[in-house]
Amino acid sequence: MTHDTGSEAGNTAWRGVAAEDRDEISERVSLLLRTRSRRLLGDLLRPHRRAIAVLTAVIVVSNAAGLALPYLVKRGIDDGIPPMLRGQGAGTLMTVVAAVLLAALTQALTRQAFLQMAGRIGQDTLLELRRRVFDHFQRLSLSFHEKYTSGRVISRLTSDVDAIAELLDSGFDGLVTAVLTLCGTAVMLLVLDVHLGLVALLPLPVLLLFTRWFRRESSVTYRRTREAVALVIVHFVESMTGIRAVQAFRREPRNQEIFERLNADYRDANVRGSRLVAVFMPGIKLIGNVTVAAVLLYGGMLALRGTVTVGVLAAFLLYLRQFYEPMQEISQFYNALQSAGAALEKLSGVLEERPAVAEPARPAPLPNAAGALRFETVRFAYAEGPPVLPLLDLEIPAGQTVAVVGTTGAGKTTLAKLIARFHDPVAGRVLLDGVDLRDLDEDTLRRHVVMVTQENYLFSGTIADNVRFGRPGAPDAEIVRAVEAIGAHTFVSTLPEGYETQVGKRGGRMSAGQRQLVAFARAFLADPAVLILDEATSSLDVPSERLVQRALRTILADRTALIIAHRLSTVEIADRVLVMEHGRIVEDGPPDRLIARSGRFARLHHAWLDSLA
Amino acid sequence: MASPQTPGPVHSRSSWRSLWRLRTYLRPYAGSLVVSWFAALGGIAAGTVIPLVGKEIIDGPVAHGDLAGLVPLGLLALGLGVTEALLTFVRRWSQAGPVLGLETAIRDDLYRRLQRLPMSFHDGWQSGQLLSRATSDLSTIRRFLGFGVLFLIMNILQLTAVTVVLLRMYWPLGLLVAASSLPVVALSLRFERRYIGISRRLQDQQGDLATLVEESAVGVRTVKAFGRREHVFGGYAAAAREVRRTALGKVRLASRFFTFLEVVPNVTLALVLLLGAIAVGAGALTLGTLVAFTTLVLQLVWPVASLGYILAMGQEAMTSADRVVEVLDTVPAIRGGADVIERPRGHVRFEGVEFRFPGADRPVLRDVWLEVRPGETVAVVGATGSGKTTLTTLVPRLCDVTAGRVTIDGHDVRHLSLASLRSVVATAFEEPTLFSMSVRENVTLGRGDATEEEIRQALEISQATFAYDLPWGLDTRIGEQGMSLSGGQRQRLALARAVLGRPRVLVLDDTLSALDVETEALVEEALRRVLADATGIVVAHRASTVLLADRVALLRDGTIAHVGRHGDLLATVPEYRELLAQDAGLDAERSAP
Repeated sequence: MTHDTGSEAGNTAWRGVAAEDRDEISERVSLLLRTRSRRLLGDLLRPHRRAIAVLTAVIVVSNAAGLALPYLVKRGIDDGIPPMLRGQGAGTLMTVVAAVLLAALTQALTRQAFLQMAGRIGQDTLLELRRRVFDHFQRLSLSFHEKYTSGRVISRLTSDVDAIAELLDSGFDGLVTAVLTLCGTAVMLLVLDVHLGLVALLPLPVLLLFTRWFRRESSVTYRRTREAVALVIVHFVESMTGIRAVQAFRREPRNQEIFERLNADYRDANVRGSRLVAVFMPGIKLIGNVTVAAVLLYGGMLALRGTVTVGVLAAFLLYLRQFYEPMQEISQFYNALQSAGAALEKLSGVLEERPAVAEPARPAPLPNAAGALRFETVRFAYAEGPPVLPLLDLEIPAGQTVAVVGTTGAGKTTLAKLIARFHDPVAGRVLLDGVDLRDLDEDTLRRHVVMVTQENYLFSGTIADNVRFGRPGAPDAEIVRAVEAIGAHTFVSTLPEGYETQVGKRGGRMSAGQRQLVAFARAFLADPAVLILDEATSSLDVPSERLVQRALRTILADRTALIIAHRLSTVEIADRVLVMEHGRIVEDGPPDRLIARSGRFARLHHAWLDSLA
Repeated sequence: MASPQTPGPVHSRSSWRSLWRLRTYLRPYAGSLVVSWFAALGGIAAGTVIPLVGKEIIDGPVAHGDLAGLVPLGLLALGLGVTEALLTFVRRWSQAGPVLGLETAIRDDLYRRLQRLPMSFHDGWQSGQLLSRATSDLSTIRRFLGFGVLFLIMNILQLTAVTVVLLRMYWPLGLLVAASSLPVVALSLRFERRYIGISRRLQDQQGDLATLVEESAVGVRTVKAFGRREHVFGGYAAAAREVRRTALGKVRLASRFFTFLEVVPNVTLALVLLLGAIAVGAGALTLGTLVAFTTLVLQLVWPVASLGYILAMGQEAMTSADRVVEVLDTVPAIRGGADVIERPRGHVRFEGVEFRFPGADRPVLRDVWLEVRPGETVAVVGATGSGKTTLTTLVPRLCDVTAGRVTIDGHDVRHLSLASLRSVVATAFEEPTLFSMSVRENVTLGRGDATEEEIRQALEISQATFAYDLPWGLDTRIGEQGMSLSGGQRQRLALARAVLGRPRVLVLDDTLSALDVETEALVEEALRRVLADATGIVVAHRASTVLLADRVALLRDGTIAHVGRHGDLLATVPEYRELLAQDAGLDAERSAP
């Protein structure tokens, strides 16, 4: 979806993740977001419909058993004791006590069943949510990831999912129990004695209004707290990841200043939240205690006149305790609900994003590719930007090695990204062996086209693991062969544990050049028909680069290759050179011929020779 | 090294010591704390008395038909109820400040300490590990010091008070109630231990899951380039299933425990009812007392049940405190000296320098002797992994030599104050680090006082004037949370940061690798002017960069094999020719036939 930041009037502007950055959103939009969240929730819970029905039955039984207890106490006092006082034995009392034990046992067992069932549903839902969001992020195109940034992806899949887990863990149980207890108690009170029951329920409207006030206030406060803590975390992580620059440039005092300010903001938001609870919880207690006093006073009066029994009075006191106790928990529930609501809004937004590079509905088969590439009247521009490729026609026959040169911003990388289908052209088509790339499913495309960039990401694990990423399941021998082919076997062998050396956090224990070598081996192992190298040798030292280039001569012999390099040494192995400028191809031909022609490439080549000194 | 810097969680037994140390953070709030504790005590007292008033009402006015006696007792209950609520309010309100103040202050100190700890520390710690100390561990400590301790004491008091009241009302029943609370406390303590164990495991697994998320997000280009979505997803889904399994185990454990927690008081209630009724029948107990008894028994449920919970919370807080104190107590291995260079000339000398990573058997650098005279530029050349980058980190003391010394103008860098040293030496790293803030702040980083003119000069030298054309010019927010820039753009900004304010000693660690040839030539041209009067140490892979230098040092196997002028080395050292001149060699190969 587009990241349209237009007026709030258009609902489309709030599709996807567009609403994430807004603090103030209109009622209508927030309704829209809530509906979307609810839809996602409904979608996730639908497979558990039957289990939820059973769950509801179980919790009703559990609560009924719990509600029976004070009533049984009343029966014990009113019906069990008088016969004993009259010397008629303890038969009734024993029955009541047995009933109490039975009720207690029932409540315990049903409650245990409820907790376990609810836990299973909750965990299954979480698992499904995690899988869905993770998978969706992986499907979304690079253009999305470039804007959205990895930090936000991470927080969606960690803290937001955790917020929902928190709600499922504790909040849900709390809410159901509170609501059922509330309703059940109210009914029991009225059944026991209508007058006294009405007096006991008199504060109910106040209670509801008070709770509503709290919900409104806390929703603002909790939101602020979450935002504040997010800022603290971002700053913290950034400082720690970039600690080398921080220390080298004496940024510590200023960082400390910023951190303390963010930290203080977080504290203030937290204090506000705590104070809100400091008003709410005692407020509930106040209402509860006043009710107890009123019941004692009025109930005492009724008991005095003999209208109600002492047992009823005792039952009332017990019920009121049951009534107000869960209300105390409700503030925590609101917190969990709030966070989960906000998280759900964001997650549903992510799931609503459609990959800009979509999978075809009916993929074209292409089991084997020769590697012939064709650009047909291709136009390309990044969203809202000026055209990067105004109009491009290009044909690369299978097996050709093409070097693309030109200044930064000439469109070289864009060209490469279109072939790798990281983006789709705005107009025109890119074809592989005559098939539009948009008609190929991802697996097929990636089997035939592989791109190596200068950002070489290494996953935590061993060097062998990282090379194997190019073809999962490849035997060790092939991994060694791939590394040998690019001339990096010596370097790997000198490492303490050879191929089993752990590369460390994000490959941090290896130099940029070493990482590039591993990435190269990975691409070689993948064995694609089309290989794109975008500045893939920029960090290598010269001997390594030479080894790689020697290897490339053989590796590229039977496949199509597109090589982008600032250093023209790479161009030496190319059959053909494209010189790009402002998104157009200004020169095209074999390197020798271009050098001889004293055009742009000839000048570049000359300057490069000079730079070698 | 004064303290161990091994990464990872502490395995030593938790002790009160770490937690006890942190109490000093509460000192500024002594007043509020006293208020909240008194309010807590008062609240308990009021809460315990209310059921007793109920008993009086039933046994007094109700039993004797005394309407006049009912009203004052009812009003007393009302007054006590209001007082309890009010005191609860005072307690909660006055507690918020101290508790959150404690957390904030520790977090500030933690951050301050982490900023001072050197690279050797940070290399061993995942930032996630540090973050969990600054967030979840601190919350655990806050919850315990703020609420846990208070409730621990309050609950014990309440338990004692109610038990005493019950014993005095009717001792056999009181004894029964008191006895019933013992298994609950014992079991909840045991349960909490197991619960913490399983929670830890869950946390670890969630941490692994988070790592997979991070890798998939940061490495998304690689995943896409190879079409490995399924592969990555498979790993994640397996880990997520593992998390689910552990979480279900946790749910099962909790459900069994909570069930037990509810059974015990209810069974106690049944017994109280049975024995109480018999006692009433025997005339040993009044009806009012029985009602009060049942109410008080229910009032005990929470303090009893939570006792185990709070004790476990205390254990957890102790572990957290250990983890936090571990960082707070780590003495920075690199600390500044007292010397200050008033008028730096930039005379850098490496004298018999050795460097080895902690625990490594082979040094990365050994017996390095190198002199860079004021105004001179020396290029450091060597194969991948020969120790070039390590060499550059020794000058601004991002790492410290393990033998020998590095001097600037005759001062051992370890004797200089870090502020002085790092204002003399500026470094541009191979991998540029940009922060989520404006371009201006990123460039000025440590030199907040830089003028517009100085910034312009720096941006011009590094060919980074594109920054002026960003949507909000120099105020455009960049970095992870802002606009994304290309690798070359990032490198040029990082270079601008280094040359800003014309440092005396400029260290460039292969800073130009992501630039295209033309930009590189322009940057080199500008750098040549900067390096004309600064001392330069330049790590180079390319001949063109080497030409910035007056002399070249060839690094091999961690030591300097040759020093000389580029032309001389080219002519006399085959190894050097191999390393640098081979671009031309390839070309010669081509053009020869």
